[in-house]
Amino acid sequence: MAKSITLNVNGRSVEQDIAPQTTLVELLRGALGLTGTHVGCDTAQCGACTILVDGRAVKSCNMLAVQANGRSITTIEGLPTPDGSLHPMQAAFKDCHGLQCGFCTPGMVMSAVDLVTHHGCHSEAQVREAMDGNICRCTGYQSIVKAVFQGAAAMNTLVRSA
Amino acid sequence: MQAFNYLASSSVAEASKAAAAGAKLIAGGQSLLPMMRLGFALPESLVDLALIAELKGIQVKGGVVRIGAMSTHAEVAASTEVKKAIPALADLAGKIGDRQVRNRGTLGGSLANADPAACYPAAALGLGATIHTNSRDIVADDFFKGLYETTLMDDELITAVSFPIPEKAGWQKFKQAASRFALVGVFVSKGPKGVRVAVTGAAGHVFRATHLEQRLATNYSAAALEGASVPAKGLSSDLHGSAEYRAALIPVLAARAVG
Repeated sequence: MAKSITLNVNGRSVEQDIAPQTTLVELLRGALGLTGTHVGCDTAQCGACTILVDGRAVKSCNMLAVQANGRSITTIEGLPTPDGSLHPMQAAFKDCHGLQCGFCTPGMVMSAVDLVTHHGCHSEAQVREAMDGNICRCTGYQSIVKAVFQGAAAMNTLVRSA
Repeated sequence: MQAFNYLASSSVAEASKAAAAGAKLIAGGQSLLPMMRLGFALPESLVDLALIAELKGIQVKGGVVRIGAMSTHAEVAASTEVKKAIPALADLAGKIGDRQVRNRGTLGGSLANADPAACYPAAALGLGATIHTNSRDIVADDFFKGLYETTLMDDELITAVSFPIPEKAGWQKFKQAASRFALVGVFVSKGPKGVRVAVTGAAGHVFRATHLEQRLATNYSAAALEGASVPAKGLSSDLHGSAEYRAALIPVLAARAVG
């Protein structure tokens, strides 16, 4: 039986009738058309579907849409400013070329935003360990780690100047 | 995923009643949902515990850290109270799965699921914790019964866990890199419940390495474990490691956990 849920997605209130077995990523990519969130493994291993739920990184293939009732969701589409300017972490991934095919990138960026916001970037070893929920099968992670540090520095500058 | 009914419960009593009628309880869902996706679990009804306020919260009082069952691993890892009282417990919580899993996974869910390689069962057994449910208190020594099997009844749900504050404690996990579970994990402590060495990942369920405990009881130091061995008989063997390999890891990790 469908459940009626209300959630905030990228600052917009969304009401939806949804079957309980629908995963959050299915709702985002399907009914809401937000295809920036990718499905890699679909079994909570790879992190490509990482989004923010109330500001915290979560794998959206491993959460039911009904569990997001009343919660606030941010996807990769919600990061840029309304004028289209990239979020500092997106800009850093672009600058550092922290990607090859780009499939894992939305999840990497969302995960990195949570990392900087709640834990900080203290050392290369800590960042590598903290990003272990996101798998890239193209690169050697060198540019990704570099991008996370550059994005962190830009995010912190933004916070200080705010 | 197959269709099921879903109820976001607002009270322990309501959730217990639904569970008694056959519903499956969902906490963080980080193990249950993948099991359902793969068809290994096919519940007709799910009861979500996320909205039940009394299952949350962390208190330190009278030499005990009491943690609500629905506390996430991230909350326990970041808790200044837990970090101060039992740093090894915060350390363990902060190394479960990955950051995304820690933002959803819960203490109660981990213990109730009783995965043979999960981290929290080692902390519960290794600290001599008491598991509080809606109907009784269960000491960790009596809680784990087998592979994914606990002493919990159908209508019973974990409400909180009390961890006695030890003098010393340590946690070492030899991570299985793909699953991020413990290939072998060892939690050691010396405190009000004596010297305890709990091992996860090495058998059908978490167990105490009593032989190592005896050595540490007289001399709580890594040196006391030099030359110690654990028999491989009865331990798990799979493509990631043989029973002999797991047996060899146990005293090594125990010594590192003692520090």
